[in-house]
Amino acid sequence: MTMPYYVAPEQVMKDRAEYAQKGIARGRSLIASIYDQGILIVAENPSRTLHKISEIYDRIAFAGVGKYNEFDQLRVSGVRHADTKGYAYSREDVDARSLANLYAQYLGQVFTHEMKPLEVEILVAELGTDQHPHQLYHIAYEGTITDEDRYAVLGGETESIAQKVESAWTENWTLSAALRAAVGALAGEERTLAGKDLEVAVLSEGNGRRSFHRMPDSELDALLA
Amino acid sequence: MTLPIFTPLDDPGPNFARLIRRLQVPPPASAEGGRAPGLPGLAGPAVTEYRHGTTVVALRFADGIVMAGDRRATEGHAIAHRAMEKVFPADRYSAVAIAGAAGPAVEMVRLFQTQLEHYEKVEGVVLSLEGKANQLSQMVREHLPMAMQGLAVVPLFAGYDLARGTGRIFTYDVTGGHYEETEHNATGSGGRDARTTIKLGYRAGMARDDAVELAIQSLYEAADEDSATGGPDLVRGIYPLVATVTADGYQEVPEEDVALRFANLIERRRAEGRDL
Repeated sequence: MTMPYYVAPEQVMKDRAEYAQKGIARGRSLIASIYDQGILIVAENPSRTLHKISEIYDRIAFAGVGKYNEFDQLRVSGVRHADTKGYAYSREDVDARSLANLYAQYLGQVFTHEMKPLEVEILVAELGTDQHPHQLYHIAYEGTITDEDRYAVLGGETESIAQKVESAWTENWTLSAALRAAVGALAGEERTLAGKDLEVAVLSEGNGRRSFHRMPDSELDALLA
Repeated sequence: MTLPIFTPLDDPGPNFARLIRRLQVPPPASAEGGRAPGLPGLAGPAVTEYRHGTTVVALRFADGIVMAGDRRATEGHAIAHRAMEKVFPADRYSAVAIAGAAGPAVEMVRLFQTQLEHYEKVEGVVLSLEGKANQLSQMVREHLPMAMQGLAVVPLFAGYDLARGTGRIFTYDVTGGHYEETEHNATGSGGRDARTTIKLGYRAGMARDDAVELAIQSLYEAADEDSATGGPDLVRGIYPLVATVTADGYQEVPEEDVALRFANLIERRRAEGRDL
């Protein structure tokens, strides 16, 4: 008869966290920032079809970094949750906070109870109204949820990127200023990123009921030029 | 509520009706193929008590389609509601109008709108116009048991086909059959009168302005002949709803514009000494 080895719970958690962090660090980072007209989300993503940023509901967007199939499953479940809730109650009852909490619960559950944690970090953003401010919820692989009131950086080497955004940040900056700062921070010192390397979307008033708008390359190049 | 996560083997896909059934959110009876409780099996006298009777029209013009509907809802011979909306945007490039029992019809539109948006978000692409028409077909078909009990819903669907670059119109029957119309159609209790008017005034490749005018005229005639169709309510300022769908998407014709067109129509006829 073989006896299972004893592994300290601290060690188990540490191993899992390390595993998840490694997986997330393999991918490219993502920045979300509040600007004067709404919320901007910028990701480094050369693909035009496999999106990292997408629409959840009228005023809510989702973004994920890490393993695509894992955050895409979370994205779809978010759409399902929001549409079901909006259908059963009303459109205005769908909010980012409750969705972010559900994501956090789920990620925490998987992290502690499953063999393998999810190798993702996700963002839930909601465009504010006159009564409510904009909301940015950053949810980590183990279910930690933080709400940011200016910007959020997701991905592997976030510290240097966050520093760059922090130094450029000004209250109520414009879309093009925010975009330039975000692209500069993602690119780092040695590289430059063009429209085709980026996936950019905004949540803003003026897009009608569905405030999510994915920026086409032409618009992006014009803003970066 | 919990996060609706499914394993890849039993994923409900982009179908919203299937999703809410799985999540046991009570869907409308139409999505269940259910029967209205406490109603006789077949259309009996009770049936006339429910709100129906309507005129909704759709016609094609050079850049897309016009859809219009009156605002009256009836319960038997009484007017139940004077400002009901029967023309809705289904999504950005299509419109749906309803005739039949108001409750289930409005509910069907809500499910249809949610379904189209849900599909778009889950799949990341928009359904083709044909695909949307088929979806609506399924909803009408599932509603058949209720229709047999007298609560029929007969929609009219039209939109701008981005792939073909043209407007298209689809009509339905209670069994969910859908038929593409080449030029125009109308449904509801005043549909016949509206159709006749449109037929007389219709020209292929009409301009938007003429098409809106013709739709308004057809509703005016239908309201004149059919008791369950409301005409322009000059006293309260309630006018039929008119919308267009073109390459620029769904756009409602402003109420002032509709009001002005009705006023001109009446004025013109009076001046010409015609039967009002």
